[in-house]
Amino acid sequence: MTAAMANEASAPLLDVEVWRGAAAGSFQTFRVPRRVNQTVLDVVSEIQRDQDPTLAYRFACRVGMCGSCAMVVNGRPRWTCRTRVALALGGAALLRLEPLRNFAVVKDLAVEMTDFFDKWRDAKGHFEPGPSPSEGFAVVPPASAQRQAADAGIECIGCGICHSACDVVAWDREYLGPAALNRAWTLLNDVRDRGNAARIAAVSAGSGCHLCHTHMSCTQFCPKGLAPTYAIAGLKRATVARALRRTR
Amino acid sequence: MSAALFIAQRLSAAVLALAVSVHLATIIYAARAGMSAADVLARTHGSFRFLALYAIFVLAVAVHAPIGLRNVLREWTTWRGRSLDIALGLFALLLLVLGLRAALAVFL
Repeated sequence: MTAAMANEASAPLLDVEVWRGAAAGSFQTFRVPRRVNQTVLDVVSEIQRDQDPTLAYRFACRVGMCGSCAMVVNGRPRWTCRTRVALALGGAALLRLEPLRNFAVVKDLAVEMTDFFDKWRDAKGHFEPGPSPSEGFAVVPPASAQRQAADAGIECIGCGICHSACDVVAWDREYLGPAALNRAWTLLNDVRDRGNAARIAAVSAGSGCHLCHTHMSCTQFCPKGLAPTYAIAGLKRATVARALRRTR
Repeated sequence: MSAALFIAQRLSAAVLALAVSVHLATIIYAARAGMSAADVLARTHGSFRFLALYAIFVLAVAVHAPIGLRNVLREWTTWRGRSLDIALGLFALLLLVLGLRAALAVFL
């Protein structure tokens, strides 16, 4: 027996409850060796490779760039690749892994993202260049207020953590949600964009930014440290300003 | 909630903050001064200031409460659409009628 194997045999074990099924299903308990600096994604991969190859989950980069490994870990939405087991456990004795909340579950820990990205489309979350191409380069001073407002939200990678954390999405499935609204806010502050009239109309509609209760769960859980709550507050101001201008 | 409802709710909240403060101060004053119902009515009868204050108060309530209730119902039940809006429009009307009736009762 090698030293490594002996070490493994004596390693403490970690109980892990994993959601199996789709909308209907149940938790299945696995037991994996507890390792130093182990991430939650390490645990899921170990279960899938060594104990149950039918476990469905999603990951790609493993380094916090792609956002595809998001799950609910012990009740909190997290990137599993960037979450160490020790942190996720806190004082708890076991790890409980669930698919992201507020998403339809495809199977086990993999969720359907279509509705989520449809909301980006509905919030006009795409760059609109206008009817004619711009002549030359647009000069956007980095210190300008609009550029800084856009910068504050531009690093979103669409992982869905904020959407999972949001109570308003849970209550009203039509609500556009923090990610789509954050994207709309960055574009609203893009001086090159020509689609703001349609964008403000989109985020002013019944399922738009005004449904936000400012609970700030999105801001609390965003792994990129963004503040969709701030973006949504900005959209509320912009929509009010636009509505008042129209009545004058 | 649309931008128009959002603005209406924020503006009515601002009015309510003032109206409720005046209302509470009036109640506390009347109670501490040991005024009877007849004393209070003697001051409110024919007072356009009282009527104006309470008419504005009632109007703000009739705008604010149904919008908030609509949000609560949309979030906690599956009730949506036209029937919800009509029901809350009627609720707003009810608040307005009952409130103005009470304001007029102490004025006339």
